[in-house]
Amino acid sequence: MAPREMTATLPAVRISRRSFVAGSAAGLFIMSLPRIAVARPSLDEALVGFSGGKPINDGRVKLDIPPLLENGNAVSVTVDVESPMTISDHVRRIAIFNEHNPQADVIVFNLGPRTGRARVATRIRLATSQTVVAIAELTDGTFWSSRASVIVTLAACIEE
Amino acid sequence: MAARALIHVPKTAKKGEVIELRAMISHRMETGQRQGVNGEAIPRDIINRLTCTYEGVEVFSAELFPAVSANPFVSFYTVAVQSGVIVFTWIDDAGAKQVATAEITVS
Amino acid sequence: MRSAGLGAALLCVLIGTARAAEIPAAQRQSGSAFMSEATRAMQADDTSNPGMLSVLEGSALWNAPAGKAAKSCASCHGEATASMRGVAASYPAYDERTASPIDLAGRINACRQEHQGLEPFRRESAELLALTAFVGNQSRGLPILPPNDPRLAPHLALGKEIFDRRRGQLDLSCASCHNDNWSGRLGGSPITQAHPTGYPLYRLEWQALGSLQRRVRNCMVGVRAKPFEYGAQELIAVEIYLNQRAAGMNLETPAVRP
Repeated sequence: MAPREMTATLPAVRISRRSFVAGSAAGLFIMSLPRIAVARPSLDEALVGFSGGKPINDGRVKLDIPPLLENGNAVSVTVDVESPMTISDHVRRIAIFNEHNPQADVIVFNLGPRTGRARVATRIRLATSQTVVAIAELTDGTFWSSRASVIVTLAACIEE
Repeated sequence: MAARALIHVPKTAKKGEVIELRAMISHRMETGQRQGVNGEAIPRDIINRLTCTYEGVEVFSAELFPAVSANPFVSFYTVAVQSGVIVFTWIDDAGAKQVATAEITVS
Repeated sequence: MRSAGLGAALLCVLIGTARAAEIPAAQRQSGSAFMSEATRAMQADDTSNPGMLSVLEGSALWNAPAGKAAKSCASCHGEATASMRGVAASYPAYDERTASPIDLAGRINACRQEHQGLEPFRRESAELLALTAFVGNQSRGLPILPPNDPRLAPHLALGKEIFDRRRGQLDLSCASCHNDNWSGRLGGSPITQAHPTGYPLYRLEWQALGSLQRRVRNCMVGVRAKPFEYGAQELIAVEIYLNQRAAGMNLETPAVRP
């Protein structure tokens, strides 16, 4: 089996073989990726950036995303965090990061005690099959996360 | 064309009830990663911020990146504390603001 | 590399299937039946269906006075909820003035030229799609009811002929996939029955609303055939045939599809 990824050495440009194949199928959105992609932080670097280096725990966060996607252009994502959402104990922020898009960041939600329920939903773009992470920051300064692996199927027919 | 927004706010709620709010706005969310037919880069043009105020108090905000889908959709919750106006504000890369408002009656 | 891959996939799927039977009425299914739960949910709720943003835009255009006489669509047609209910279900129709069939987008443009004295919107422009989606949305939930007009008969026959004829470098007809192999998959995507139940619709692949003509052209490119031009009589004939083929199925405009 061919190696899953090829890594170009200079200048810190990484081209994943899978995203290149995906690019040729999914049109302009990703076709241009290998040419203008610049160094992006890895998924873990992005998470550490968000937590400011504090440890990130597993649990408390539920990331709901379909494992098999018909199209990567609009993927429905819901994040639920276990929290009483009181003034003294609530979720401050929820963020979503990805592994293989041109940019690691997807969205950051800023919540507060008036949010009532730590549940957010949105629709995101995923350039190719990859890992997606939801991470939450609580008022006690702890960070919690959950990750999911998704497969983006490619449309059989492309347009012009 | 002007941007169009669709928001969902319950018309009525009981005091203390946790209600779901949904907001969607027409925007292509151009990523800045694409090239046009002649190979020139298509500049990034996205909505990068959404805020929600409830009777003037900010109760929610989000920072959006190019990986948010075209016609961005966001759903979240808030506690119905009093009757009043809920305002959604979207800000794009050029700093332009789009606003949508809804009234809620809390009993 | 890609077309070779697609060609090989198609060969696997399609070799040895020479039947050209039409789909029995009891087995007909809208494209929404083939979608994931997430995509169906996106369509089902008006505040999450991105096609509704275009319907909203269309509503504004419907009420906006334009042209020398400063007339809006509403000036003549009034409230669309009443006057346009069921209209989209019976398009394409026969147009007396041009003595040829006309689809809903064509009718909107004709109205715009004749009664508002304005330039027609470009086919597939956001404005024309928005107005078409707004008018189409008034028929949501109603069955497709093709006009019973004998003058459309030759165009219906042409549409069926185009649907059944193999074309393009892959030598496939619409029927090769959508009649003979609709329960199968092409690559990762389910092959649907190609019923035009939700147009104009929001395709996640397009990240925008698009017309049935765009979808048909898309398929023609898929089989490596030269697509008909937007507004061409051949495309309208295909629309007529597809609507006849889907007669009685409920409209979903604006649908969401992957």
